[in-house]
Amino acid sequence: MSRRPLGPVLLSVRGVTRVHGTGTTAVRALDGVDLDVRLGELVAVMGASGSGKSTLLNIAGGLDTPTSGTVVLAGDELSGLDVKARARLRRRSVGYVFQDFNLIPALTAAENVSLPRELDGVRVRAARREALAALDEVGVADLADRFPDELSGGQQQRVAIARALVGPRRLVLADEPTGALDSATGEDVMRVLRARIDAGAAGLLVTHEPRFAAWADRTVFVRDGVVVDGTGYAAGPESLLASGVR
Amino acid sequence: MSVRQGLLALLAETPMHAYQMRQQFEHRTGGTWPLNMGQVSTTLDRLVRDGLVEPADTADADAEVQRYHLTAAGRDELATWWATPVVRSTPARDELSIKLALAVSAPGVDVRTIVQAQRTETMRAMTDLTRLKADLPASGWSSEDLAWSLVLDHLVFAAEAEVRWLDHVESRVARAAAEGGTSDETAVSRRAAATARATAATAAASGGAR
Repeated sequence: MSRRPLGPVLLSVRGVTRVHGTGTTAVRALDGVDLDVRLGELVAVMGASGSGKSTLLNIAGGLDTPTSGTVVLAGDELSGLDVKARARLRRRSVGYVFQDFNLIPALTAAENVSLPRELDGVRVRAARREALAALDEVGVADLADRFPDELSGGQQQRVAIARALVGPRRLVLADEPTGALDSATGEDVMRVLRARIDAGAAGLLVTHEPRFAAWADRTVFVRDGVVVDGTGYAAGPESLLASGVR
Repeated sequence: MSVRQGLLALLAETPMHAYQMRQQFEHRTGGTWPLNMGQVSTTLDRLVRDGLVEPADTADADAEVQRYHLTAAGRDELATWWATPVVRSTPARDELSIKLALAVSAPGVDVRTIVQAQRTETMRAMTDLTRLKADLPASGWSSEDLAWSLVLDHLVFAAEAEVRWLDHVESRVARAAAEGGTSDETAVSRRAAATARATAATAAASGGAR
């Protein structure tokens, strides 16, 4: 992953607070969170369970709405859109990758990837062409006509990454994408995700495994709904050279 | 000491002179542990003294530098090294664990702040290490690439263990605070004795294999 300069901000979360419930039983899942994700950037979010990291992911993708604060996705402020427009923006701009892959079992790998494009209104043949290109980018072009249960976990997750970023989608929200994979396969998947983001996308990664968060450009730590710290942008391998590691 | 066994492992492959050994050692471990020539020649002298290594006959009279090869005893020693697990008995004196052990009982010190600052720093180091790993090709690794990536993995996994331990410290300290912590001198001496016993037991268990 050569460090190209990062692109423009694709996702901007500003002063986002999310309160569940009201009165004395109200719980602040998020409390005044600011976070920017730029094109070409992968940001990891870490925190104990209940820290608010999943809520942050859901709000970033427009699946949940903040109680206050703003979310700007690809230049559009989500709260300024009506339900229909928000759903359209979410569908066309955001892809999801889950721990359990969530491919549709009755569809082949290529059909799983082309489905979102067909929903976008793209004709079947063109959608398939795009799907094959997307599968090629994640290294599983030869598995296009297999069904999910004929694929290993690592292969399924590659298909899910292809699906998340097919067509115009530039933001991938990954919720524990390596959670169901062994260590070496998990690393392969992170390498693929990293490469896709370097090629012109952005990602928000929730994980409880530091080893996989380390594939991100930076990690932010969430505790009790607040971003308490972050690694910032790394100085890069030069700092390691200076300290004696190659 | 690993330099000693490292040189034996290299000489088992082919006779080498001291400079080659240094180069190969660094190359094969990804340059993570640089050696200076002084370390190499001191170690080599000891290996010769112990009868594990001897100067190779130089057929080529023009060769300016002395090559060395393994003796039969050297091969035995190396085989034993491959076959014996690395002993993990005495815990190294680690600044972080000492710092946190002192912090939990020091007045006016916020353990949570220390833990978070360390977690961020360790995560930053892990990110740098992972970037070096990411620079390796996606496939078609040479055996040197593999060796280098495994050394990096070792550092990454060690850092990850530290982060997990910090998470554990954080939740333990939070729970202790909720319960109202106590300081107990007898508990301290009991623990010191237990640690000493565990260390002695591990050393004894591994002693037989050495």
